[in-house]
Amino acid sequence: MDTAAPPTERPRPIVGENSSDQKFIEIKDFSFYYGEAQALHDLRFDIPEQEVTAFIGPSGCGKSTLLRSINRMNDLIDGIRHDGDIKVNGTSVFDPLTEVISLRKRIGMVFQKSNPFPKSIYENVIYGLRVSGRNKKSELDQIVTESLQGAALWDEVKDRLHESALSLSGGQMQRLCIARAIANQPEVILMDEPCSALDPIATGKIEELIHELKKEFTIVIVTHNMQQAARVSDNTAFFYLGKLIEYSTTETIFFNPADPQTEAYITGRFG
Amino acid sequence: MNSRTSNKQSDRPKGETLVWLSSAGLALGVLMVVFLLGLIIWEGLNVFWPKAVVEVTLKEDSHYKMGELPNLAGVVVKRQKNTRTGLEEWQMLTGNKDAYGAMFKYITREHVISQSFPEDVIVAERMEYGNSIFFPVSLQLRNGSKLTAEDSEFLTRFEQAIKEVRNRYHEIHKLEKNTIGKINREVNALTIKQRLFEREQAEGKTLHEKDLKEVQERLAVLQAEFDVLAAEAKRLRAMQNDEVVEYRLSSGQVRSQPTGDFVGFHLPNQMGLLDKIGFFIRHIWAFLSERPREANTEGGIFPAIFGTFVMTVLMSAAVMPFGVVAAIYLQEYARQGAFVRGVRIAINNLAGVPSIVYGVFGLGFFVYMVGGTIDQLFFSDRLPTATFGTGGILWASLTLAIMTVPVVIVATEEALTAVPRGAREASLACGASKWQTIQRIVLPASAPGILTGLILAMARGAGEVAPLMIVGVVKLAPSLPIDGVFPYFHLERKFMHLGFHIYDLGFQSPDSEAARPMVFATTFLLILLVVVLNLGAILIRNHLRKKYATSTF
Repeated sequence: MDTAAPPTERPRPIVGENSSDQKFIEIKDFSFYYGEAQALHDLRFDIPEQEVTAFIGPSGCGKSTLLRSINRMNDLIDGIRHDGDIKVNGTSVFDPLTEVISLRKRIGMVFQKSNPFPKSIYENVIYGLRVSGRNKKSELDQIVTESLQGAALWDEVKDRLHESALSLSGGQMQRLCIARAIANQPEVILMDEPCSALDPIATGKIEELIHELKKEFTIVIVTHNMQQAARVSDNTAFFYLGKLIEYSTTETIFFNPADPQTEAYITGRFG
Repeated sequence: MNSRTSNKQSDRPKGETLVWLSSAGLALGVLMVVFLLGLIIWEGLNVFWPKAVVEVTLKEDSHYKMGELPNLAGVVVKRQKNTRTGLEEWQMLTGNKDAYGAMFKYITREHVISQSFPEDVIVAERMEYGNSIFFPVSLQLRNGSKLTAEDSEFLTRFEQAIKEVRNRYHEIHKLEKNTIGKINREVNALTIKQRLFEREQAEGKTLHEKDLKEVQERLAVLQAEFDVLAAEAKRLRAMQNDEVVEYRLSSGQVRSQPTGDFVGFHLPNQMGLLDKIGFFIRHIWAFLSERPREANTEGGIFPAIFGTFVMTVLMSAAVMPFGVVAAIYLQEYARQGAFVRGVRIAINNLAGVPSIVYGVFGLGFFVYMVGGTIDQLFFSDRLPTATFGTGGILWASLTLAIMTVPVVIVATEEALTAVPRGAREASLACGASKWQTIQRIVLPASAPGILTGLILAMARGAGEVAPLMIVGVVKLAPSLPIDGVFPYFHLERKFMHLGFHIYDLGFQSPDSEAARPMVFATTFLLILLVVVLNLGAILIRNHLRKKYATSTF
């Protein structure tokens, strides 16, 4: 758990600034613009290693934009620009010397809608390895087994690894996407509302999985579901209109929020 | 709601009156397609069905008399009212163009006293002058004996004689085409060599006395071989005239013709249904597999089918990579802006350029520029005879590829945009590069859409005639673009094409009335070929759809 003191100065409460190993992802004065519209305002906070950090906030508050800036998925959009910097494990993601391909291998991502490729389960898991040119059968077999076990999917699919991934159920597909992300052995896993299209049972399985995964990976999760944030995360950041309103341990945010807006949001009065 | 639906009048929601208009539009379209296809299929297949021959007896003083007898045998093709006189008129296919001067004869119904269906009338297909309709008289055999038509063996012997001459005909063809053809090719090559040597010698570069002597010796050997073969061909040809059939036309003339002039015969008025079906199938097969005769109005159209097929396949092979690569750059890599929008509009407009313009472009660019350059670089010894610097199947295919490339680009672009964002993002998030994402995820997912574009392009390309006329299609091609002669693919050769064949039969043949049924049959075949090619592409597309089903994206 991080050493969160109740923030005294409202716009940017900061955690983990006193211990260096806690600054796994550093967001430094980060602003983001879609054309003329500013989506993120001067964010500054750090995300600790091997913990789950949840981004919450109403729609359009910029939490997904921030998440997708960490692995530069926003590059696909025309007319964007940014100020400030994001560092993952000490290297700036926007540094011209940082290769976006290797960056994305270090930072896995799981999307809102499960998006397995129309290939076999096996090929889905090793897609990241295939594109890096790793084709050794024994190595791939081992990684498939480990990744599927890591994603708690192995027992369900071990007998049909070469069937189409599209034959899986929605929850299984999302766990397959998680297996695909961890097959690259990333440092960070970004999850963009991973359970919003799933039923409660499948959601429960994913949440359990997140608990397991944080032993190995640093996880950042965007969610609309307050209970989910409370259940799975160690730290929670609340965004509103592109600004970070409050960032602290999940306990503090949910039981003792410093900001009246945070309180209003988590108690369901707006958002 | 319930009270409304129970009322019959409001079964149809208000404001849906245009449904009628749109459904009427569709119905009209379907009707026209069905009518057109029905007409083509009916008329096209009708050609091969044997029809009864009627012999009419005319009035003694009728001006329709073609000979001494007032009779006329033929197939009644059409019965119509003469718009001027108001009398019923028959169009009869009388055949015997060599005797009557025309294949058809119009007679007025009034002049016909009686009609009958003589059992022994023969319809014979000939090498020249179309069919002959006659009553047999006798067959002069090689051994000098004469077989009269009353003889019970006459028909079998006649059939045998025709079989013999047909076999000999193919033998002669093979001899001339393959054996003599081979000698001719070698002679040609040697002559070119000889000319080259002589030219260099005249320019004083090198002396080729020894080479020249060798060439001349070889030429002499070849000439000797040629003489032997030519004599053999001549002997075989002469044998074609050994046996002579004598026949009587219904109008009274008695004529005789060597059996070598005949292709086959049948007795239409004696045929049962099974015979007719057999005849029908045999003739369709002959139509599909044989070479044309008599200015294309008779015989088969195999070279045209083959030419169309090869051209369409070559065109697809050229247009697919070109169009897909262009569309990928336009859609995936180019910075979307005014320039790219302009390019896109230009591409769409290219689809509306008249096809003859592409033909002229193909002639100027491919044939004269590219082909001319190739000739100068690689075939300079054959000049001034052009090899690639003249129309050919390669240039025709490339011209059509240019013409159809907008279709493929537009379809590919649409297919690429339809690939869900989630699929691309998933791939990129796994650390794939943009090209890897396109190659492994986007292209497979858009393959069905790309193939749809190809299908449209093929349908347009296969049916195109105008540009082909100036970049390599000919009325009669002596050899196929792919054959057993090294190097097997002769892409510089001129070729025959079904679309051009239709034009040629319908508007350029000496007897367009006689060629009319063939026009329908050829059209039917062209449509069939396009359908077959499309079905092939559709099967591949469905297979890909199943393979890359993107249900969850």
